[in-house]
Amino acid sequence: MWDYSDKVKEHFFNPKNAGAVPDANAIGEVGSISCGDALRLTLKVDDDSEVILDAGFQTFGCGSAIASSSVLTEIIKGMTIDDALKVTNQDIADQLEGLPPEKMHCSVMGREALQAAIANYRGEEWADDHEEGALICKCFAIDAVMIEEMVWANKLRTVEDVTNFTKAGGGCASCHEDIEAILEKVLAEKGETFDPEAPAVTKKPAIAEVKGPLTNLQRIKKIEEVLESLRPALMADGGDVELVEVMGNTAYVNMTGACNGCQMAAMTIAGIQQRLMEVMGEFIKVVPASEMKKLVNIEVA
Amino acid sequence: MTDIYLDNNATTKVDHAVVDVMIPYFLEQYGNPSSIHKFADGVARGIKRARQQVQELIGAEHDSEIIFTSCGTESNSTAILSAIKAQPNKKEIITTTVEHPAILSLCDALEKDGYTIHRMPVDKAGRLNVESYKKLLSDQVAIVSVMWANNETGTIFPVQELAQLAHDAGVMFHTDAVQAVGKIPMMLQDTKIDMLSLSGHKLHAPKGIGVLYLRRGTRYRPLLRGGHQERGRRAGTENTASIVGLGKACELALAHIEYENTQVKAMRDRLERGITEQIPHCFVTGDLYNRLPNTTDIAFEYIEGEAILMLLNKAGIAASSGSACTSGSLEPSHVMRAMDIPYTAAHGTIRFSFSRYNSMHEVDEVLKVMPGVVATLRKLSPYWEGDGPVANPEQAFKPTYA
Ligand SMILES: Cc1ncc(COP(=O)(O)O)c(C=O)c1O
Ligand code: FES
Repeated sequence: MWDYSDKVKEHFFNPKNAGAVPDANAIGEVGSISCGDALRLTLKVDDDSEVILDAGFQTFGCGSAIASSSVLTEIIKGMTIDDALKVTNQDIADQLEGLPPEKMHCSVMGREALQAAIANYRGEEWADDHEEGALICKCFAIDAVMIEEMVWANKLRTVEDVTNFTKAGGGCASCHEDIEAILEKVLAEKGETFDPEAPAVTKKPAIAEVKGPLTNLQRIKKIEEVLESLRPALMADGGDVELVEVMGNTAYVNMTGACNGCQMAAMTIAGIQQRLMEVMGEFIKVVPASEMKKLVNIEVA
Repeated sequence: MTDIYLDNNATTKVDHAVVDVMIPYFLEQYGNPSSIHKFADGVARGIKRARQQVQELIGAEHDSEIIFTSCGTESNSTAILSAIKAQPNKKEIITTTVEHPAILSLCDALEKDGYTIHRMPVDKAGRLNVESYKKLLSDQVAIVSVMWANNETGTIFPVQELAQLAHDAGVMFHTDAVQAVGKIPMMLQDTKIDMLSLSGHKLHAPKGIGVLYLRRGTRYRPLLRGGHQERGRRAGTENTASIVGLGKACELALAHIEYENTQVKAMRDRLERGITEQIPHCFVTGDLYNRLPNTTDIAFEYIEGEAILMLLNKAGIAASSGSACTSGSLEPSHVMRAMDIPYTAAHGTIRFSFSRYNSMHEVDEVLKVMPGVVATLRKLSPYWEGDGPVANPEQAFKPTYA
């Protein structure tokens, strides 16, 4: 079974705010029985202050769908609807102390139900803008639809291109066969053929690879340069990275925004480390700044 | 209360007697069976005996028809790849839509290599149409691979009849009998089955040991080439302890086959009846009149399988689900889709699978817990209101986007 956090189990076994709020004035419904996931969120919003006084959920779905719904109602109760709209699916996942990548869509569903409920309160139309496909890359939780769209939109031709655009395939590499299958399919639809040997159409931002030993200052500059080149991909996910300190060949970084605390952070750090080593031609260890003190102590001891 | 294990189609507990016969092969007779010294002199004999024990359980004519492999999946791959390699001009394969991924994924891959795969559909009760099968048989077909019993529903396919028809058309026949062996009697020498796969861990032997039965005279190409083990048909130093353990497990399975089809079946039937009588809006899937004695797969409408399993697990009960969520995909199991089980139920299927280690007392415990589990989740479901489903659920719950 899934390795659910204690928080997920807590919210699943003892869900908060289950059932519909009786005099609700905001109702959001997402999902459907055919997808195996459906959520109805009912809110009681105070018309003067726009504060969410009460929230209730009804969910058809797996353990993490029920836990996500439950924690969502807890998060938003007492918030104004404007603040509630700022709640991201990552906030939901964080409150649950993480979700397995295959289950991140449960937190997405929670956020969508919230948007739908608030749109309903305001008398607006709410349109779902995201379609979901089979999970392809488990390291970065990227699904088939996302990859297909990127391949179409950006004329991608190789696995490396897909990795550069979506991160899919940039971790353990075990999804490369599936990514190739998507490339084959989409390229065939476009009347082209997939050539596994083709050069990537996208280039990683050109950074001169360094030769020879580095001084510490050169090393720091180079690390900054590499982080800068990776920043767009991270920001696309609502995250960022910041270099805090370099000691010998260890770089301490702060992951901020959506990357912070997300279970993908460890994976992202591994990716950054890989890239740094490629460029610098030497062994570099990337460590979250939060572990800095601990490690220094060990070194001293 | 001790935990209740009703997930025996996933894997089984190793029988104590099996562990006992294995231990000497780790600690004393650990020599390579090919070696000539006293650390190995009993090993060849142990393996030969195991081969005969397997032979007896499946009713093979010769013990040399038993090839030990590393698992059911390897046996399946070996069978199909052997058939296409040995008959390079035949480019078609017949199988079913409800096979285990060990067959389906391989066929998907072969399709990309240019093979034509005929995946026979099943009806709502999970049954094949023999007439349309006959029409598919031709001299273009390299192999038919049809499972003996389905792992999710327990539905038994008429493989002996299908094998006869294939034989008459000159087509090789393989069956994935991983779920059937040890649960129902079989006598392969009286059939036209050319190849059969079985797996130790489904019958109280360890994981990682399997068998490919290969009828004498069937054209064959090994998957693994190397040493002369298994008469050159499956190279690699023998997994001696597991082979001996599997032999013992087969002997025990044969001794219990009557018990399986009476006592174990009685437990299954009692659970099934108890659940369907007590709980509204649930039904048994598969072919109720042609099923393994140990398996029941029940669909609970308007709730989701993984959530059911988590509540059962909390109550100390282990079962499994064909729900999408347990596998991380978005679609319910391919078996449920193949049987056209409505979506309102397909996501909420739970498989209970018994073994001779279960007891009637355990059945009663599950019957005490199950109604509460289902009611708890239905109370959370937007498709349920009070004592029944909301009228016309697909209409009542209609999200703002399609
Ligand atoms: C019908 C069927 N075939 C094949 C397998 C795979 O067997 P193994 O786990 O030994 O590879 C299983 C077990 O999950 C099965 O149920
Ligand atoms: S699964 Fe895609 S890189 Fe690991």
